[in-house]
Amino acid sequence: MASADDQAFHEFEEATNLLAETPDAATTSRSDQLTPQGHVAVAVGSGGSYGAEDEVEEESDKAALLQEKQQQQPGFWTFSYYQSFFDVDTSQVLNRIKGSLLPRPGHNFVRHHLRNRPDLYGMEFHRVSQARLKLLTSGDPPASASLSAGIKGPFWICATLAFVLAVTGNLTLVLAQRRDPSIHYSPQFHKVTVAGISIYCYAWLVPLALWGFLRWRKGVRERMGPYTFLETVCVYGYSLFVFIPMVVLWLIPVPWLQWLFGALALGLSATGLVFTLWPVVREDTRLVAMVLLSAVVLLHALLAVGCKLYFFQSLPPENVAPPPQITSLPSNIPLPPTLPKSMAPS
Amino acid sequence: MAEAEESPGDPGTASSRPLMRDLKAVGKKFMHVLYPRKSNTLLRDWDLWGPLILCVTLALMLQRDSVDSEKDGGPQFAEVFVIVWFGAVTITLNSKLLGGNISFFQSLCVLGYCILPLTVALLICRLVLLADPGPVNFMVRLFVVIVMFAWSIVASTAFLADSQPPNRRALAVYPVFLFYFVISWMILTFTPQ
Repeated sequence: MASADDQAFHEFEEATNLLAETPDAATTSRSDQLTPQGHVAVAVGSGGSYGAEDEVEEESDKAALLQEKQQQQPGFWTFSYYQSFFDVDTSQVLNRIKGSLLPRPGHNFVRHHLRNRPDLYGMEFHRVSQARLKLLTSGDPPASASLSAGIKGPFWICATLAFVLAVTGNLTLVLAQRRDPSIHYSPQFHKVTVAGISIYCYAWLVPLALWGFLRWRKGVRERMGPYTFLETVCVYGYSLFVFIPMVVLWLIPVPWLQWLFGALALGLSATGLVFTLWPVVREDTRLVAMVLLSAVVLLHALLAVGCKLYFFQSLPPENVAPPPQITSLPSNIPLPPTLPKSMAPS
Repeated sequence: MAEAEESPGDPGTASSRPLMRDLKAVGKKFMHVLYPRKSNTLLRDWDLWGPLILCVTLALMLQRDSVDSEKDGGPQFAEVFVIVWFGAVTITLNSKLLGGNISFFQSLCVLGYCILPLTVALLICRLVLLADPGPVNFMVRLFVVIVMFAWSIVASTAFLADSQPPNRRALAVYPVFLFYFVISWMILTFTPQ
């Protein structure tokens, strides 16, 4: 049973590995120049050797085959359709994360990181991206541009953020208990569910609304289309990355420091979003552009503040100590103190 | 599952022979997880009995005792179950979409079996919690959970990392890390009522 599966998937793999392995030699050299850090070395060292062993003699044939295969879009019911959304390498994901952490004014996240520009990569990839640009300008649906969007990053960033929120919120309780032994510790597992649902809803529904709104305002343009849905999701996902270190730093129980970190992270994240959206909304009326951008920033701020208030509540000790006759129940911190009386076992 | 045909019309021994064979296969895989070597036993004849036993054990032991402490407290049985199986399925889908050459059930099998060190950690924590609570108690539990977490990661990446192209290995291994981290967190914060 396993071998039949493997053979079937190997066929699909060849199609996607063409896309993955042709930029290999180029991607490694770019990573070398811009990011000489240890954690990218995994992709750098082994990626080169892998390309050298298997693919070097078939490079030109596969590039031609790639252009043919790109003409036919796989249907959405096939596995390879979804595989195309995961077509990123470690180095690409790390570069996108770095790009989201340091937003620059003239430096559009989508165009720079998500749609591959020919002058940043080496000669091999130059050929492939030339073919892609031809496809784009010939009026193909923008799905071919989203082939490079890669939703893998946003998905796992959201998962990490949800779990880190729940875990650090719980850790705050542990630290508070050390300082004040009357606080009863409980794992508070329901917060994991709340965190997961809220982060994923934010990261998928807000881009959906934004994309819908932008499409409604723009119609469908060929020259520079509004971002596809997946690119919007990608932008939001990567912008949430900066919240992860912010949440970890919120463990420090100094309130003004927490608000300072929150403001810094929110500023970075919202700036990245605004710079990415600016080229698209710039051509609309001033009023609509301002309203849209301020709505985006406001929603982002609401998310940050909501996380802070729900997961990192400061604990007043007098509400929390359980009355002595209900020692078997953990204290319910967010509930008003009258409730434990009604929950007393009869 | 990899098992031979059983001979029909032999009701006395036919029920115990495949059962013992399956149990032996599960036990052999447990040994392979505890001493991870570069062998293909987990991949070649995969089965999901081991992961099911481990997941049920984990969920039974982690679930909170009292029914009326709904707002706080540890996970319910269903929550643990959902996290383990949904997490394993998501990681498998992720590694397949990245272009790995491991099949769906093989990956589920590997991820499920590598929960074994963490289950052992849970049993040890349960025993340690019978002693007096205190910082030493917590340090011992923390140490045990960290060691078992590292063991799980090493065991599962020994099987899964080879199936990915090298430039995507970190992308495929990170979700495994997150998965076992969440399970370790559930074990570490386990406080019996």
